[in-house]
Amino acid sequence: MTASVETRSEAVMAGKADKKGLRDWFNRRGWRKAVIAVPYFWLLLFFLAPFGIVLAISMADAAIAIPPFRWGSDLNGILDSLNYNYGLLVQDPLYWYGYLNSLKIAAISTVLCLVLGYPMAYGIARASGAWRNILLLLVILPFWTSFLLRIYAWMGMLNNHGAINNVLMFLHIIHEPVQLMYTNFAVYIGIVYSYLPFMILPLYANLERLDMNLNEAAMDLGSRPWRTFLDITLPLSLPGIIAGGMLVFIPATGEYVIPTLLGRADSPMIGRVLFDEFFLNRDWPVASAVAVVLLFLLVVPIMIFNHYQAHEAEAGQ
Amino acid sequence: MMDAKSAEGGTRSGLPAWSDPDAQPFIRIDSITKKFGDFTAVDDVSIDIFKGELFALLGGSGCGKTTLLRMLAGFETPTAGRIYIDGQDMSTVPPYERPVNMMFQSYALFPHMTVEKNVGYGLKHENMNRNQVRDRVRELLDLVQLAGLAGRKPHQLSGGQRQRVALARALAKSPKLLLLDEPLAALDKKLREQTQFELINIQEKVGVTFIVVTHDQEEAMTLASRIAVMDHGRICQIGTPTEIYEFPRSRFVADFIGSINLFEGTVKAVRKSAVEVDCPTAGCLFEIAGEHRVEAGKSVWIAVRPEKISIDRSKLKDARCNAVQGKVLDLGYFGKDSLYRVQLASGELVRVSRLNERRLAEHERSVDWDDLVWLTWEPTSAILLQE
Repeated sequence: MTASVETRSEAVMAGKADKKGLRDWFNRRGWRKAVIAVPYFWLLLFFLAPFGIVLAISMADAAIAIPPFRWGSDLNGILDSLNYNYGLLVQDPLYWYGYLNSLKIAAISTVLCLVLGYPMAYGIARASGAWRNILLLLVILPFWTSFLLRIYAWMGMLNNHGAINNVLMFLHIIHEPVQLMYTNFAVYIGIVYSYLPFMILPLYANLERLDMNLNEAAMDLGSRPWRTFLDITLPLSLPGIIAGGMLVFIPATGEYVIPTLLGRADSPMIGRVLFDEFFLNRDWPVASAVAVVLLFLLVVPIMIFNHYQAHEAEAGQ
Repeated sequence: MMDAKSAEGGTRSGLPAWSDPDAQPFIRIDSITKKFGDFTAVDDVSIDIFKGELFALLGGSGCGKTTLLRMLAGFETPTAGRIYIDGQDMSTVPPYERPVNMMFQSYALFPHMTVEKNVGYGLKHENMNRNQVRDRVRELLDLVQLAGLAGRKPHQLSGGQRQRVALARALAKSPKLLLLDEPLAALDKKLREQTQFELINIQEKVGVTFIVVTHDQEEAMTLASRIAVMDHGRICQIGTPTEIYEFPRSRFVADFIGSINLFEGTVKAVRKSAVEVDCPTAGCLFEIAGEHRVEAGKSVWIAVRPEKISIDRSKLKDARCNAVQGKVLDLGYFGKDSLYRVQLASGELVRVSRLNERRLAEHERSVDWDDLVWLTWEPTSAILLQE
């Protein structure tokens, strides 16, 4: 892949000796390595190092101190703490319920985003030039307002005296307010509303590139429009579905704000559990263990995501 | 090739179908117009195409040929007029129910399917079991000589191989009509020449009626039994390659097909078997053989192909007509022939091509730069154009 990119850029450079000279100079003086090193250094400093710290804290004991943990004095002590912190996650249903609840809510939200987002992305991709820009702008527009403000706005809409209940009562569809706030329903609304653009944008980018001739060819060979969609558009948009799905699923699993503001207090998602463990219980080691396990739960979908991206890049060559 | 084509499209009377008044057209394009907003892409076009023909729609970009093809496939709806295929009106038939298949200019191969799946795709909708589909796909891959590549994906094929897969896929359902949109445009020159003849062979083998859209006049001449030359959404002329080349009916067709010299003149005399035209820019009288419905005094155009003009240093015969003098301005040597650009006294340029039948000695040139030469041609070689 890299090789073909280089030969192509070489072909472009052919005959432009001065530019080629510049490129050689750039490579020879190690500038190329320097440029690549900057983002790696950034990731190392602000991602890998903190993760190492969290991993280390998850092997400590909680203590009344500043900071509130202490490592064991020997290897056995550390292993004991490790065993206790991670063992608690298995033994106490609060934790694994939190994980399962998060995965379930994230998975259902992802499917809802896909079901809502796919037709929207398809519509935008097939719209004419001017319309397309307006529709894309409308998708991105919510980002101009603070995320927190938008969730507060939903609280105002969903509560017992909020806009939705008032309208339904005014229309005599219901006679007393329906409990919408502090339910899983409210959490789904909040997550789907907040993350829908992350589903639509990669799907749009994918669908917009699809060659309409392929659909015409399938129709020409006898496929009705729905069949054409299933045979051609859907499989070819799979990379977009995966990308959008991951962009919704991964942050939704660790989501803290939406379930805390809109959801039920008695069935917390793992983000809430982590927050409480850290700030209310001040048990940093167990909180760190929760974070480490959450990360490994999400590494699997992230790897699927990367695999598909690499696959797509290869097919696109 | 022309004879083979004529016999194929022929009728019991021995005439090719298009010159037989009793023959029924297989595809009837009846006064088709297509407008996109204010723009008229196809303007009142009528063509009759007969069974087994390899028909070419020829024209520059934007002449409406592709729009016409897309209307035949059902991807565009005509603004006015009707299309009949094998007697059936296609107006309300969607593309997936037409007995027509199309080979796209981009080939439009499904990138996520193997060659085998691509070719077999249309067969899913026929009542065929898996073995029948497999046999049919194998038969088609044999036809296009790709038998060993059934398991490849399109991105693992060369341009020429993709073109064959596209052809096999379009032929899979044995359509009554196959539409080919610039079938050879994406291939390089050598491969294109080779593929032209393969395409003709395959068409003769399967006997399906082909309509080919092309902007390449050489391609149309080689492939087609008949050609429709299009310009600005209208048909300029329909005829066999010979008719189009030797008897163009308008200056556009004469100029579009091959290279030609045009002279403006006034009809001086009309005789029984020839017309005399006075041409001030050439400084002589032109004689055009044949019967022409034209009156004296009318302004006309004379067209002469470069290869039909002979070039000599001396005036060969004591001719009163069809002989003009000029000076060689340019000389292009192409190996098998040479092209001369000769400037007449009036400043007009005449292109003359001459076959290099004899090998010239080193540095020898029969006609050279700045030579004064005489250009002459037979009265039967010139074309009289009134449009």
